[in-house]
Amino acid sequence: MSYLPHTDSDLAQMLKIIGVERLDDLLEAIPTSLRQAPAQRPAGLSELELTRHLRTLARMNCPASELAVYRGAGLYEHAIPAAVEALASRGEFATAYTPYQPEASQGTLQAIYEFQTMICELTGMEVANASLYDGASGLAEAALMALRVTERRQLVMSQTVHPEYRQVLTTYVSGLSVSQTTLPAPTGVTDVAQARTAVTSDTAALIVQMPNFFGCLEPVHELAHAAHAVGALCIVCIAEPVSLGLLVAPGHYGADIVVGEAQSLGSPMSYGGPSLGFFATRQAWLRKLPGRIAGRTTDQQGRCGYVLTLQAREQHIRREKATSNICTNEGLLALRTTIFLSLLGPQGLQELAALNCQRAHALQEALCRLPCFAPAFPQPFFNEFVLQLTQPSLQPAIEQALAEAGVVGGLPLDVFDASWRGRSLWCVTETKAEEQVDRVVEVVHRVCA
Amino acid sequence: MCALECGSSHRTSDHAQRAGRGEPLMFEQSSPGRRAIRYPKATRGPQPEQVIPSALRRRLPPRLPEVSELDVVRHFTRLSQLNFSVDTHMYPLGSCTMKYNPKVNDALAALEGFAQLHPYQPVEQCQGILRLLKQLEALLCEICGMAAFSLQPAAGAQGELVGLAMVRAYHTAHGAPRRFVLIPDSAHGTNPASAALCGYTVQTISSGADGLIDLAQLRQALSGEVAALMLTNPNTLGLFERQILDVTRLVHEAGALVYLDGANLNALLGLVQPGAMGVDVLHLNLHKTFSTPHGGGGPGAGPVGVTRALEPYLPVPRLVEQQGTLQWSTASPHAIGRVRSFYGNVGILIRAYAYLLAYGTAGLADISRGAILTANYLAARLAAQYDLPYGRRCMHEFIISAKRQQASGGSALDIAKRLLDYGCYAPTIYFPLIVEEALMIEPTETESLQTLEQFAEAMLAIAAEVEHEPARLKHAPTSTPVTRLDEVTAARQPDVRYQPPQDPVTQDATYAMRHV
Amino acid sequence: MIPDSLHYTKTHEWVRREEGTRATVGIAHHAQAELKDIVFVELPTVGKTLTAGQACAVVESVKAAFDIYAPLSGTVVTVNQALVTTPQLINQDCYGQGWFFVLEASQPAEWEKLLPSSAYAALLATTR
Repeated sequence: MSYLPHTDSDLAQMLKIIGVERLDDLLEAIPTSLRQAPAQRPAGLSELELTRHLRTLARMNCPASELAVYRGAGLYEHAIPAAVEALASRGEFATAYTPYQPEASQGTLQAIYEFQTMICELTGMEVANASLYDGASGLAEAALMALRVTERRQLVMSQTVHPEYRQVLTTYVSGLSVSQTTLPAPTGVTDVAQARTAVTSDTAALIVQMPNFFGCLEPVHELAHAAHAVGALCIVCIAEPVSLGLLVAPGHYGADIVVGEAQSLGSPMSYGGPSLGFFATRQAWLRKLPGRIAGRTTDQQGRCGYVLTLQAREQHIRREKATSNICTNEGLLALRTTIFLSLLGPQGLQELAALNCQRAHALQEALCRLPCFAPAFPQPFFNEFVLQLTQPSLQPAIEQALAEAGVVGGLPLDVFDASWRGRSLWCVTETKAEEQVDRVVEVVHRVCA
Repeated sequence: MCALECGSSHRTSDHAQRAGRGEPLMFEQSSPGRRAIRYPKATRGPQPEQVIPSALRRRLPPRLPEVSELDVVRHFTRLSQLNFSVDTHMYPLGSCTMKYNPKVNDALAALEGFAQLHPYQPVEQCQGILRLLKQLEALLCEICGMAAFSLQPAAGAQGELVGLAMVRAYHTAHGAPRRFVLIPDSAHGTNPASAALCGYTVQTISSGADGLIDLAQLRQALSGEVAALMLTNPNTLGLFERQILDVTRLVHEAGALVYLDGANLNALLGLVQPGAMGVDVLHLNLHKTFSTPHGGGGPGAGPVGVTRALEPYLPVPRLVEQQGTLQWSTASPHAIGRVRSFYGNVGILIRAYAYLLAYGTAGLADISRGAILTANYLAARLAAQYDLPYGRRCMHEFIISAKRQQASGGSALDIAKRLLDYGCYAPTIYFPLIVEEALMIEPTETESLQTLEQFAEAMLAIAAEVEHEPARLKHAPTSTPVTRLDEVTAARQPDVRYQPPQDPVTQDATYAMRHV
Repeated sequence: MIPDSLHYTKTHEWVRREEGTRATVGIAHHAQAELKDIVFVELPTVGKTLTAGQACAVVESVKAAFDIYAPLSGTVVTVNQALVTTPQLINQDCYGQGWFFVLEASQPAEWEKLLPSSAYAALLATTR
């Protein structure tokens, strides 16, 4: 299979105009010692063979469309309306370039402007950018911004921030002289008293994930207050923004920067990527925001139009003094989010959030009525919760029974931290019908009894 | 701030008229109570009010648009029609490699077996995707002549960050991180930005008059404090660094490393392996060379390849095979850490994999040869009217300088804007910085002779316009949905979000506690 | 466009001697013309200590951003708040209403290093 259109006649014509005998004459700048010998194998596959091969690989996987997967932990299975797929797959969106020439990119730019507005509405913040690579790098960018804005050198968070997000943050600040304090969280949420002690006049930011990695709802009002008491920023990180259909917007309890992962708003899980980070903050820091930003303006006839603005902060202009080195955002996924939120509207998002919340609580209550499980943390939650296996010897039997029933149960947390053995993180979204939830309980019950 | 047209709800079937009036925002088409997607109510489980403390509950819903599904479909369909795209237009954008994005790749990435896989499912359930990723790593190693790859970085810029972080880790392990990174003045802006992010000071090396790295300057700049030279080959002028083996030798003699920005790999596929050139670490742009769609600004992917010496520093997790099962391993004590959650932009990696299999190793050289052919053809066609500061021979892209046109009143910007009226996206302009009134042209190998001719004719017509009626260019484009936009006001008084009307009933509570 | 009453730097800042050891700083006509429409200025904070030759402010146009370098060492006493809302004052009146900040100069010897208008004009002529 090849996508090359040139015939022998085309080739001959082009070589003639160029003024060479053979195409190889155009390669003379390459030293012969570097020239690879032309490869004879393997040959390319036809579309038919290619499809067959990839389908074979796909069939070796057990996706959530075939099994009932009850895992979240930063990436969430939600039903994606057909209209999102149909619209986002239009070639005019999917194969468009970055909108540097605005006259040729009004579709993309207007969609970004709408995306930015929606993110502000969800988070209760004043300005937002056009998206970043993912929630984890978004959090790292937020921390870098807080360090720049406050000119301080310390970051404070607890273990309830997603372990992978914390690892990414560590990587991003490793070249700078920044210290990180990570508080233990035995109760499943950040300890307010400990946080109050941990933040100092050198703290740039207190970072809170909401709902947190364990699914628990953090004492956000008190934590924001603790940060502000020492002049630090409160960064709120949201991995499951569907929760914003039900939970208080972070802007309303004093968040200074809100970042997170918007995959659950209209994009497939796709084994972890691509995904997209969102980033929102106060109007006063608009010029400190990393990443691209679309703005509204007028053209020469006074008509409305959209452009990428505040580009002077970005890499292609400021080079080594840029706010970040970001070049790409996640344009097509931001578009999916915009379409998704348009289809749901305020009431749809509320309904979706309520359904997630109720399903998750129904499963948690039912499983905790069984002798083998107990809630790990006495905290309110949204659509994820941690269970403690009270009879650890039953673990293999439970896993096997669930597997036979086509269920992938809660994520064992000891892969992140050995002290979390016996704990599993369960997520229930609207994709699970009530009968499916019943089935899980039934299967576990049989093992426990 | 906008003219009244923005809020207009008149819509006719005539696209040009519609374009003239602009497409209102989805918010502006909102009608209270209108619905699209609905969800069933749960019959079991507690009400949210019973389980979520009131202080943590949202009092008022976010002010999202209230529209029907048809409203949404029409709105976004019309928005799409305001765009240029590879599917509709040629994009001769230097340094971007806007080749055709095969549809079969999109279809394969969307297979449920890939799209509906949760990253934390047991590895036994994911052997298909893991096998694909392992094979992709192997393919990229082979193509680039490198020992190992990480598929984790989400974009080229993130790949650069990873590459430089590994350079730093390597030098630190060997005594000290060193202080400087050398970068040619023709480099892409992400290069110095990434170097700065890794705590390095950038030292710029000027290119010689021939547009290539000046070996004397390089010798002078190298020292025991230089960590790396970042370069791209072919460079951003579209020229192959003939003395690349001398360049890399000199860098290695100084104990420094060679970083290759792989943005221009489209000229090298199947012809030259970066590893053979002496490159120690490189990143690739899958959304350039490997045909994955640009998406209006992402998602992309920026895998990083290294020599055996740098392999220990690759980000975790790494894909390993243990007793016939592929799995993720974090047992890598010298790894620089992790740069994104989960494993990488898998959906994009699948597309690149399919693309590589479609050509096969045997077919890769056809891509680079085709790219070099089309670029040289256009250079030859334009040579009479435009200045080619580095001559007519190039690799997959070339630079013209619109100095001549500028003198007659038509700048590179004007030419770029006027091209839009001719139904062609503009080339890259004002980059690289070392060429005055630069236009960087990269047609790619997927453009037919007919399309190339259309572009050449348009450029020649514009050159003639500059001679005889330069005023036509100053207001270009005139046939696009909007004309030139006021970017100055957009930057002085940024308007980056719509404000839904303040309805007293839905008015949100004031924000608490502002401090900094 | 090079008032004789002012002093200049190679990096196109101008300096006006004020009462005592004070000095007002701005950017010269050449700089604002190169930048074209200025969209934003990041001014130093009042009270900040500046070192001659170090970057102390940033000027942005749509497509470019430039560092402004402190011509003298000292402490920032006042900044021109009008530039926050109306950065175009720099383009319109770079020697008057487009002033950036006033500093209390700490090193009298540094005045010697500044360029009088004739030397600055000569510098501009050679770089053309």
